[in-house]
Amino acid sequence: MKVFLLSLLLAITPAWATDSFAPKLDIGKGGKCVEEPQWMRKNHMQVLLQQRDETVHLGIRDGKYSLKVCIECHASTKDDSVLGRADSFCEGCHRYEAVKIDCFECHSSKRHLSLVQDASLAQKESK
Amino acid sequence: MSDTNVQRRQFLKTSVGATAVAIAPGMLLFDMAHGKSEAVSSKMRWGMLIDTTNCADGCNDCVKACNKENGLSGGLSPTDSQWIRKVELKDMRSGRAVSLPMMCQHCAEPPCVDVCPTGASFKRADGIVLVDKHTCIGCRYCMMACPYKARSFVHEPLHDQKPDVPRGKGTVESCTLCVHRVDKGQQPACAEACPNKSILFGNLNDPESEIAKKIRTVASTQIRADLGLDTGIRYQGI
Repeated sequence: MKVFLLSLLLAITPAWATDSFAPKLDIGKGGKCVEEPQWMRKNHMQVLLQQRDETVHLGIRDGKYSLKVCIECHASTKDDSVLGRADSFCEGCHRYEAVKIDCFECHSSKRHLSLVQDASLAQKESK
Repeated sequence: MSDTNVQRRQFLKTSVGATAVAIAPGMLLFDMAHGKSEAVSSKMRWGMLIDTTNCADGCNDCVKACNKENGLSGGLSPTDSQWIRKVELKDMRSGRAVSLPMMCQHCAEPPCVDVCPTGASFKRADGIVLVDKHTCIGCRYCMMACPYKARSFVHEPLHDQKPDVPRGKGTVESCTLCVHRVDKGQQPACAEACPNKSILFGNLNDPESEIAKKIRTVASTQIRADLGLDTGIRYQGI
């Protein structure tokens, strides 16, 4: 009986590690995140919420949890976006968890640099 | 005083001191760890002085710069957002005409803030009047309340917004005085783009600033000053 319970206990490992349906995300440039990835999975919405209020109302724009910074690192290197595909950094997980993201109805989902380059390319072309 | 009492006082004094020493660096470290830079304060009151005598009739550069900076379409249909527009005024008797840019006047007593049912329309400590689109429900009371017709409602879904200027369907928006640029220490896009340097941007609360000095020396007016809103945008020569 004891052996059975023990084996059962061993079988229960974190869902993320074993679930073959878990999304395989394109994490873009990646690199060191502002917090541990597991912590971010759980808490990114709270920190984003807190910082957005500080930014909008108090004008504090150098906090480390900015949405712009998330996108800067994690937008796919293929299309410079965190949305649009099943493995996109934001959409991949949110699709899997069936949680609607409202952020990008107003905020840009594209990497800033790509937009700058687009604009400069467009300017060159128009000249 | 008895010896015990003196000792007790001494003990209290030292323990208060020790607590202060223990807490103060902790608070400092907390602030540092949270990357808290300074919040905007009422030491600033951002404003503009617009010299209408210099503002060229037919010139639209400020409007174009605003559209480009904030990602507006620049369309003129009733459902297109306009954050700044050129207005032509003509005195019929004398025939004198002036041209001026009109936008959110960044009132000290903004009526849009008074009527907002959710607190989305607000005035920042430095005098910039903004809409917190996270809380805006799109009721458009503020648009009715504004005597300057400065606000627009976003009717259609938008794509490819500027990263610094989030805009979205179902919310009200208006001139932000280019708050994202001001926070970086730059000027609003319209002021920078004006070819005649007719738009002077600065801190009205600093008596040494260029704008405060100019307001002291030349005659300028606030539009609809009778409403007592104390606008941050002033006009010269109307």
